[in-house]
Amino acid sequence: MSLNQLTIAEARDKLRGGEITAVELTAACLQAVEGADALNAFAHKTPEIALAQAKEADARLAAGNAPDLCGIPLGIKDLFCTEGVPSQAGSRILDGFRPEYESTVTRQLFEQGAVMLGKLNMDEFAMGSSNETSTYGNVVNPWRRGNDEAALTPGGSSGGSAAAVAADLCLGATGTDTGGSIRQPAAFTGIVGIKPTYGRCSRWGIIAFASSLDQAGPMAKSVRDAAILLGAMAGHDPMDSTSADLPVPDFEAALTGDIRSKTIGIPREYRMEGMPDEIEALWEDGRRMLEDAGARIVDISLPHTKYALPAYYVIAPAEASSNLARYDGVRYGRRAKLSQGDGVLEMYEKTRAEGFGDEVKRRVMVGTYVLSAGFYDAYYNRARRVRTLIKRDFEEAFAQGVDAILTPATPSAAFELGSMADADPVQMYLNDVFTVTVNLAGLPGISVPTGLDRSGLPLGLQLIGRPWQEADLLDAAFALERAADFGHKPGKWW
Amino acid sequence: MSIDLETARRVAHLARIAVSDEDLPALADEFNTILGFIEQLNEVDVDGVEPMTSVTPMRLKRRPDEITAGGYAERILSNAPDAREGFFAVPKVVE
Repeated sequence: MSLNQLTIAEARDKLRGGEITAVELTAACLQAVEGADALNAFAHKTPEIALAQAKEADARLAAGNAPDLCGIPLGIKDLFCTEGVPSQAGSRILDGFRPEYESTVTRQLFEQGAVMLGKLNMDEFAMGSSNETSTYGNVVNPWRRGNDEAALTPGGSSGGSAAAVAADLCLGATGTDTGGSIRQPAAFTGIVGIKPTYGRCSRWGIIAFASSLDQAGPMAKSVRDAAILLGAMAGHDPMDSTSADLPVPDFEAALTGDIRSKTIGIPREYRMEGMPDEIEALWEDGRRMLEDAGARIVDISLPHTKYALPAYYVIAPAEASSNLARYDGVRYGRRAKLSQGDGVLEMYEKTRAEGFGDEVKRRVMVGTYVLSAGFYDAYYNRARRVRTLIKRDFEEAFAQGVDAILTPATPSAAFELGSMADADPVQMYLNDVFTVTVNLAGLPGISVPTGLDRSGLPLGLQLIGRPWQEADLLDAAFALERAADFGHKPGKWW
Repeated sequence: MSIDLETARRVAHLARIAVSDEDLPALADEFNTILGFIEQLNEVDVDGVEPMTSVTPMRLKRRPDEITAGGYAERILSNAPDAREGFFAVPKVVE
């Protein structure tokens, strides 16, 4: 087994025990990254930074009392601003942008000794479910359908993060999740991904898509690794007014796997019409596993589930149209080449027309429309009222004593890259049908790989927790992970 | 509610995104598909329901109104496509 295949927990113990060095571990990952260009997971590689950080980590490890992440090589989603390192959100409009500052989440990771291998590919501005909207090109899922060579999507928008972790290019990665962008790619690649409660991780320095929905979270090889990473990423930050001033529990210490006193809800509205048998069976298996582990299973109702996606596709584009107004060709990124006589208006319009990809333009324009005079109440305010109702559904379920809610993570396994090219945009949006409710309600949600479909592709289940109860949620996920005993890896073809 | 070409053109302009005349019909079609999907929200009874302003109930913190950063114009300008003499430069604005 080569070092890049270790989990974070295993590597931490070996680093502390002096069995391996951070430089050796980092070199193994850098070599894996170099050999994996076919996956296109890394958009910007930073081997010099990685090796310098690894050397520092080794010194710190030698001195003793090093934090959990000291010397652990990670991939960083391109949405995170990293000082002096290209940070483009997968967009052409940010060509050449090198932030003068570090996002709070990455600063915390590096302060704890984590090593950055590079920046990970993603859907442009995190808008997409297949990693096909990136200016860097598609990310390819390391998983294939048996011997079929068709290139599959790793999901999106954190597709580079998912592919990199699944292919053992790094030990863990950062992701962000606005409607499912951590959990859906995690499910498509057989890894664990958690979106914490809104406000758990600082959004400062993370390029904004929809500010009331965006949250950062870890993508990892196991629930334990996700717990370790989340602990390092979370915490109050005065630079983000929506960041919660709450203590961060020791998430790893919470992993007991004992869920005998827990009540797990199964929401009937998530049984969608036309849901594939395999997803239905996976969900049923998960229910049985948690029941066998001693949890009480109850059927619950979340009546407004059906309206979550339409509400999301008002609120997220509305916020995006406002957040992305800053890309105007003046302060950062690229400016379009102007013709003789062009004024500022032409500069804005040309810069944004050539800098944004089609999906981003579509969402900015839909957002502009729903916020425009005469439609604000009919669309935006109505969607925000529906959002209140969606959150209330969850509050009522929790008030009945439900500790966590079990649902499928995605409506299907990974699909072929290009297969949605002729579909209308709404078909792609349906990928987030099980995950988007969680963002609208601000709750924590975790995707855990629990099975394979007929063609050998991974499938995941989602657990949704109470606000701020990530520790309990991770523990339930730990019990599910143990019961499912997934253990599959993609065969290396790249 | 259906978006016509004129509305599509107006929205593109409001969003400051240049869209050529030949691309407008496809854009209007896409708007109509997405808005058709959104129309489902009209089925929901939202009478007496407050629009959500904050997903996690929290009071915004107050802080003293003090200058805590600044004095680094060069760093602010370092990523500008065109910066001159300490300023962002843009094409001439003549109204």
